[in-house]
Amino acid sequence: MADVKITGLHKRYAGGVQAVRGVDLTIPDKQFTVLVGPSGCGKSTLLRTIAGLEEADEGTIEIGGAVVNDMRPRDRDVAMVFQDYALYPHMTVRNNIGFGLKARKLDVAEINTRVMSAAKMLGIDGLLDRYPRHLSGGQRQRVAIGRAIVRNPQIFLFDEPLSNLDAQLRDEMRVEIKRLHQEIATTMIYVTHDQIEAMTLADWIVLMRDGVIEQQGAPLDLFERPATKFVAGFLGSPRMNFVPCKVARNGAGARATFTDGRSLPLASAHAGAIPEGELTFGIRPEHISRAAPGASLRDGQAALTATIDLVQPTGTRTFAQFQLGGVEVTVELPSHIVEKPGASVELLVDMARAIFIDPRTDKVLRAEA
Amino acid sequence: MASRRMRIPIVRILVLGLFLIFVLAPLYWVFITSIKPSDDYLAVPPVWFPAEPTLVHYTAALFAYRGLDGLVNSLIISVSATVLSCLVGTMMAYSLARFNTGGQHLSFWVLSQRFLPPIAIILPLFLNYRLIGLQDTHFGMILAYTVFTLPVSVWMMFAYFRQMPRSLEEAALVDGCTRWRAMWSVAVPLAAPGIVAAAVFTFIACWTEFFFALVLTSRNAFTLPTVFRAFLSFQGAQYGEASALAMVSLVPSIALGVLVQKHLVRGLTLGAIRG
Repeated sequence: MADVKITGLHKRYAGGVQAVRGVDLTIPDKQFTVLVGPSGCGKSTLLRTIAGLEEADEGTIEIGGAVVNDMRPRDRDVAMVFQDYALYPHMTVRNNIGFGLKARKLDVAEINTRVMSAAKMLGIDGLLDRYPRHLSGGQRQRVAIGRAIVRNPQIFLFDEPLSNLDAQLRDEMRVEIKRLHQEIATTMIYVTHDQIEAMTLADWIVLMRDGVIEQQGAPLDLFERPATKFVAGFLGSPRMNFVPCKVARNGAGARATFTDGRSLPLASAHAGAIPEGELTFGIRPEHISRAAPGASLRDGQAALTATIDLVQPTGTRTFAQFQLGGVEVTVELPSHIVEKPGASVELLVDMARAIFIDPRTDKVLRAEA
Repeated sequence: MASRRMRIPIVRILVLGLFLIFVLAPLYWVFITSIKPSDDYLAVPPVWFPAEPTLVHYTAALFAYRGLDGLVNSLIISVSATVLSCLVGTMMAYSLARFNTGGQHLSFWVLSQRFLPPIAIILPLFLNYRLIGLQDTHFGMILAYTVFTLPVSVWMMFAYFRQMPRSLEEAALVDGCTRWRAMWSVAVPLAAPGIVAAAVFTFIACWTEFFFALVLTSRNAFTLPTVFRAFLSFQGAQYGEASALAMVSLVPSIALGVLVQKHLVRGLTLGAIRG
């Protein structure tokens, strides 16, 4: 059990690629932290530097209060689960799980007890004498996790552990990892590029981009209050719609006018705080709904007539697309509403949930400010 | 379907048959000559199988011509050079593959050693060996053969280590191994087919090498291939003795090939090793 403190971390690879540039991050004990971001954002490098598999060029890494920069991976008391499982192909499951304990010269009886208890916990106690090549993807991933938990480390590191699994198995393993964290309550740092994994697993999300932390916070906090256009677009599926607009005041209120001449009134919370001028209007697909016939508008809602040009039913919900201000906008509708392309529909836009972004800085303008 | 199954692949049998004759006919000739009485060597029409097979050429080749000493020397030198070449080669290949030692040029430089014709270095090597007393010694030959075979064994294993996922050793490092232990307990066992293939190549290269042995040895550390010189003399060619010794010299190579056949095929195809 330990906290992790990273200060001013820089990592440059041979060839000049700067993977991590000046990261400061504090991860409290027992927290499940997810490092998320697009590929090449430096999240895996950060994780590998914590593990000791990469050397930091600048900055310090502390685990449990001790600076570990010059410690070998084996001395940092961390366990890591790799994307390709990294099971030793020439060893049985039993030896794979027990390898770390053997390397640390534990007593054979103790190794056997711990291997058995870890295997039981993960439901792989029947596979102990098989070789990795005889296991399915999910079983291999369980063995990899078993190899980590058997050592009882201070910190667990996961490097995109579910990306090699098919969608269904990924969902199952996600639940298992979350349950595992509840059971063994140890600091876990998890790297993924999948925002759903990040949202569902994390106590704390660290969103990275180009080697720096773009924003960090509790999952719903990041989702509801993104600081930048990048964060707003990265979290949420389908992603947030961004439409260029021009905001102008009229009396007490304000309107956002799009390039096609259509306009929407700003919610009262926004009207006073959002400056006039060229801005980007952001709205999530789920914050646009179908207007019930004859219903009156509630505060913060705006009506919009749209011509649907593409429909994607998924079973649980239907995504429809229409043009607004020259941009394709996605709207999420209940599954039973499947409009034909070309149909004209009345939509309600939840303007109170919309965000406005300064296109020059890509920063989200705060209504509360 | 039935007619298809019944059809005999004539072309394939023909091609394979011709190939077999091409490969086996010389071997058969050597074997038959080794047990023929001297008068039958060049008889017309040829004697396809001697009426009275004899082992006299074997005893002559092994004892009178010191073939047995050459055999023992060859075994000592080839086995030692193979072990050394694989040991050093494994470490060198691992270092090149994992740490990119010497940048991008060192690995190619290692291979480029094979571009050099042996004749270019044989004289300086001979003079230096004579100077430091390594001429006609087992150690001298082991050293020469190790250096001579290293480029190929390094490159065979380099390819093997390079396609091995780094994450396996990284997992071992995090699990509690030192880099040294991660190499020996994870990387090397997985590279075993490559190491075996390199070992077979190295052994065969040393076993059949003639030129270095001819120049660097004389009465003490002479190897099996050099014994064959003695069978060509003013009195004519000793076909029987030469054939007998050729048969004997084939044994270790064939035995080695059979023993490691399974690994060899995997090693040569650089098979996938992901678990």
